[in-house]
Amino acid sequence: MNIHEYQAKRLLHSYGAPVAGGVAVYSAEQAEEWAKKLPGPLYVVKSQIHAGGRGKGKFKELGDDAKGGVRLANSVEEVVENAREMLGNTLVTKQTGPAGKQVNRLYIEDGADIDRELYLSILVDRTVGRPAFVVSTEGGMDIEAVAEETPDKIVTLPIDPEKGVTDADSKKLNRALKLTKAAAKDGLKLFPILYKAFTEKDMSLLEINPLIVMKDGHLRVLDAKVSFDGNALFRHDDIMALRDKSEEDEKEIEASKHDLAYVALDGDIGCMVNGAGLAMATMDIIKLYGKEPANFLDVGGGASKEKVTAAFKIITADPNVKGILVNIFGGIMRCDVIAEGVVAAVKEVGLKVPLVVRLEGTNVEKGKQIINESELNVIAADDLDDAAQKIVKAVEGN
Amino acid sequence: MSILVNKDTKVLVQGLTGKTGTFHTEQALAYHGTRMVAGIHPKKGGETWTAGEGAGEATGKELPIFAAVGEAKEATGANASVIYVPPAGAGAAIIEAIDAEIPLIVCITEGIPVMDMVKVKARLEKSKSRLIGPNCPGVLTPEECKIGIMPGSIFKKGNVGILSRSGTLTYEAVFQTTNEGLGQTTAVGIGGDPVKGTEFIDVLEMFLADDETRSMIMIGEIGGSAEEDAAQFLKDEAKKGRSKPIVGFIAGRTAPPGRTMGHAGAVISGGKGGADDKIAAMEDAGIRVSPSPAQLGKTLAEVLKG
Repeated sequence: MNIHEYQAKRLLHSYGAPVAGGVAVYSAEQAEEWAKKLPGPLYVVKSQIHAGGRGKGKFKELGDDAKGGVRLANSVEEVVENAREMLGNTLVTKQTGPAGKQVNRLYIEDGADIDRELYLSILVDRTVGRPAFVVSTEGGMDIEAVAEETPDKIVTLPIDPEKGVTDADSKKLNRALKLTKAAAKDGLKLFPILYKAFTEKDMSLLEINPLIVMKDGHLRVLDAKVSFDGNALFRHDDIMALRDKSEEDEKEIEASKHDLAYVALDGDIGCMVNGAGLAMATMDIIKLYGKEPANFLDVGGGASKEKVTAAFKIITADPNVKGILVNIFGGIMRCDVIAEGVVAAVKEVGLKVPLVVRLEGTNVEKGKQIINESELNVIAADDLDDAAQKIVKAVEGN
Repeated sequence: MSILVNKDTKVLVQGLTGKTGTFHTEQALAYHGTRMVAGIHPKKGGETWTAGEGAGEATGKELPIFAAVGEAKEATGANASVIYVPPAGAGAAIIEAIDAEIPLIVCITEGIPVMDMVKVKARLEKSKSRLIGPNCPGVLTPEECKIGIMPGSIFKKGNVGILSRSGTLTYEAVFQTTNEGLGQTTAVGIGGDPVKGTEFIDVLEMFLADDETRSMIMIGEIGGSAEEDAAQFLKDEAKKGRSKPIVGFIAGRTAPPGRTMGHAGAVISGGKGGADDKIAAMEDAGIRVSPSPAQLGKTLAEVLKG
């Protein structure tokens, strides 16, 4: 789960990290009211959407020469002017896709005098199974580009979870970021604070880009992107309260209610599969035969008839879907349960597109029998190859 | 021979009394009489669990329940433990098994917080235990021992070693090698989580060392670099004269970057962990990578014919 920049900064601030004064607003009037309370003379107006690349992003409704999603303002009047232009419009960045995201909140922040821009993130390094700091002196830009062009400028430091961030670790990070004097002192304090926030709140990513050294020599968190481990949200009610559903795909929200793993994609063949690996492989095989999957959907190991029905409804609600492929290899999951779910769902929502069903594994004969006796217009398939070829052919024939 | 488990493996069940634990313990008993020896429940120590009809011939078999893993190990001589405890308590359950020095721990539970697994991993490194999983289908040696949730009916005793990050794709590989008449020595699902106990390399080493295993099927997926590491390992071993025919598959060629595909570990980030790089590394190590998950068995049969 992702949260907005202003929420991330508030959270980090509660752990003692240095952030600028700022406030989130939903209207130009609020922007005026609150900007007056900031010291000035420099303000930053930042679009709050769950996507990176906001500064270089473009508003769909404004001209090509209009400014991006993060703007500087030299007076309260300029803050208000910019807020009017940004709120309610659609920001397209390299991470939003061409549809963009509507900007409903802005973050008005006190400006900073920047001397140097650095990069810092914490994530779990899966090769060693430990949280690791990733830092670079090349902040403020796309870290992937830095990794590509000058990989030697990126330093990774895994942390021993039983010791936490030691002074020696902090000094290594200071050296890697070339921090001296006041900034180095700030670093010794900041790194353990960030690590504590990361581990206590079960973050999956904490990215500060840029972390800045200000002209007065001190450090400040200028931008913050935080994602949380979805599997740990059960123990963080405070974080759950920050969820912004308007940032999520409606079908994905519906799927999560039924405990289904669903990801919307751009193709036209809907898929319902058990198991994440098989679900991915099913997408791959559709592509292998020349079509694109409309979604990733894993009904899980122990799905009930109700869950299968819910899954089927989510797939058929997608107007792009021109055909459906159900691929089940029953282990724990019994084929007859899947078959009953499919039949119930089709009877309830109707079937306007071709449906191919491939069943294998536990109770397969019973499952096939249920499908056959339902007299639904279902195309049966013997194996995965056969299933993929049949659904591609059926969709192309339409 | 086989790897990890055989007819002498004695298995404890952490989370036996729940619905999932009960169902799969009955299935294990029904599968060639896998030696399930006891259950663990902190509040039900001293009680007994009775197998229902799912256990087939073993219906009515009683297993003692102990309050702690250490106690159960001492009383039964168990050398393996399978964990069905729900996600919030699964990390602690693994640590209890590590502290009790259980040699083989298999954690089936899906959805354990990554930070809990970070703690587990730190403990595991200082221990003698091996952990398989979490978020995995388990380990099965045909006609001898079934730990976990794999459907026993699709297996056949034979000579292919199967290792996979995905549960249902493991079944595909098993089913297809059974249909080709090849059969399996052991199938190992290492699990789909980013932080886990056993990596491909560990299992490859065991299969290379096992005389009965003549070939392998390795199923990877997007995310991380375990497949690249495995490819490098196989190249190094081949230089020492150790190699066996391997067919591979990578799931997630079509997955969009940055999105988690069901498995928490299956996410391509920062341009790393993509399918193409993995396939290239595997082919470079002499693995025949099948473009279709439906052709694993046939491809292996072809490779073996030469």
